[in-house]
Amino acid sequence: MKALRNYMDKVKPHFMPGGRLAKLQSVYDGMETFLFTPNSTSQSGVHIHDGNDLKRTMITVVVALLPALFFGMYNIGYQHFLAIGQPEASCWTMFFYGLLAMLPCIVVSYVVGLGIEFIGAQIHHKEIQEGFLVTGILIPLIVPINTPLWMVAVATAFSVIFAKEVFGGTGMNIFNVALITRAFLFFAYPSRMSGDAAFVKTDAICGLGEGQVVDGFTGATPLGQMATHVGDTLNINNVVGEPIGTCDAFMGLIAGSPGETSMVAILIGAAILLITGIASWRVMASVFVGGLAMASLAHAFPSPTYAASMLDPLAQLCYGGFAFAAVFMATDPVTGARTRIGQYIYGFLIGVFAILIRVYNGGYPEGAMLAVLLMNAFAPLIDHCVVSFNIKRRARRVTAK
Amino acid sequence: MLSKKNKEVLLNPLSKDNPVLVQILGICSTLAVTVSMEPAVVMGIAVIAVLAFSNVIISLIRSTIPTSIRIIVQLVVVAALVIIVQQFLMAYNYEVSKQLSVFIGLIITNCILMGRLEAFALNNRPWPSFLDGIGNGLGYTIILVIVAFFRELLGSGTVFGFQVIPQWCYDHGYENNGLMILPPMALITVACIIWVHRARNTELQEN
Repeated sequence: MKALRNYMDKVKPHFMPGGRLAKLQSVYDGMETFLFTPNSTSQSGVHIHDGNDLKRTMITVVVALLPALFFGMYNIGYQHFLAIGQPEASCWTMFFYGLLAMLPCIVVSYVVGLGIEFIGAQIHHKEIQEGFLVTGILIPLIVPINTPLWMVAVATAFSVIFAKEVFGGTGMNIFNVALITRAFLFFAYPSRMSGDAAFVKTDAICGLGEGQVVDGFTGATPLGQMATHVGDTLNINNVVGEPIGTCDAFMGLIAGSPGETSMVAILIGAAILLITGIASWRVMASVFVGGLAMASLAHAFPSPTYAASMLDPLAQLCYGGFAFAAVFMATDPVTGARTRIGQYIYGFLIGVFAILIRVYNGGYPEGAMLAVLLMNAFAPLIDHCVVSFNIKRRARRVTAK
Repeated sequence: MLSKKNKEVLLNPLSKDNPVLVQILGICSTLAVTVSMEPAVVMGIAVIAVLAFSNVIISLIRSTIPTSIRIIVQLVVVAALVIIVQQFLMAYNYEVSKQLSVFIGLIITNCILMGRLEAFALNNRPWPSFLDGIGNGLGYTIILVIVAFFRELLGSGTVFGFQVIPQWCYDHGYENNGLMILPPMALITVACIIWVHRARNTELQEN
């Protein structure tokens, strides 16, 4: 550690104004604050600080995402070996296969996103912000595993530039950057984002996992199956056609985007976020309440036309990206509502819209992404209404005397 | 014929005073007709024709129009010209007229038209008004064509209906971007053009 500190101090003059590499000062600052706690303090005024700066917040979120990430890797391998008829493959083989499958996507997302942020910071001579640390890990978790890497690169570049940088960078964006990436992919390359070929990787990587896909293989996710479901009784199958239930969806051994399948892993992440106080429990809880309310309403009037309405309300929360969106997307403090009452409304409506879109719009088998993006747009309005209502209420109290 | 002032009237709308990029007028039709090049070009020509001739007509009768009903008079003139253009298009290029559907008719409500009639034709002689109409129509058309070029190229891989992106790209995994076909990308494309335009013309940047 000491040697690193000495080295950083040694190269520092080159990056200061007047040095040879002065143009790259923000890169140096970024690396230095990434490695060491900055010792600069404010010079004027009264400030209240705690040790929780942006970087530590971001790192905590990344840690909270790790269970979902590791489980996602294992599940990719599990689905693959199930699909090629070798479910007896060892746990570590499955995990290693998933690691190899996800790694390129993670690398692409970070290289493209951070690259654009670094370039932007150099052009504007600003400090590099850490916002992309979380976005970069969210993107591979919510993008189907079979998405070509160039599409991930294009979508990441698009969303970092148009959803974040043009609004002023980290902390200024209106929409969740990771979800914009997914929305871009969803609307630009729809055939890659749903259906049979998107969610289960069937080919071998570097010789690992060779084998022919078994007869009766279907790569559709449970929600994908529901969108095309016909008939009065609901039956959902896994990739080789065996029936699955809510318990499998809770554990997460089902087809889907890497991070979203396991309720268990997501709940561990949620616990980390809530214990450290990073995420708002109001938003998180009200998303689940809203989802449960809408799912119960839909379940009260089941109809074969909308197959997902036949699903049990609790099962509704376990399938698809609902839980992931509730825990990691809706709680984004930048794009969500800030006022307390606003957070209840914001979260509740996300839950309602996610299930509403999922059940009643056959074109979109999963509504969580669209619901969060929609409410992102309304969050400032909700806050504005809450604040002005509060002001009016208190003004009335004053004038009443 | 082309004095310095007239030249400015004709050329300013192409860049410095572009109706779409600077005045942000006529955005609706820019979104609607730019999925491919052909309708965009036809739409541009239609707007140039209607704009130039309505400018001339209004300029000719400008001293006889009572101020209180001038908008109605302008609308009547524009509507008559739009119907002529529409019939002409139906007679000679029915396919494109079907693609453009209501948007030819909606030239009547195009903000650029009312803007030029109010701001220019009512106070100027016919010849400069004609040039102003041509200039603004061209300024609009240029943007339409640029937007349509990118949307057709990236959204369908073609330009004017001819395949531009070679087949081996598709064989190696390239896919057309479906989002470019949808209206939101027209807005983002226009935004990018405005971005480049402002970056090149620093005097247009607002603080």
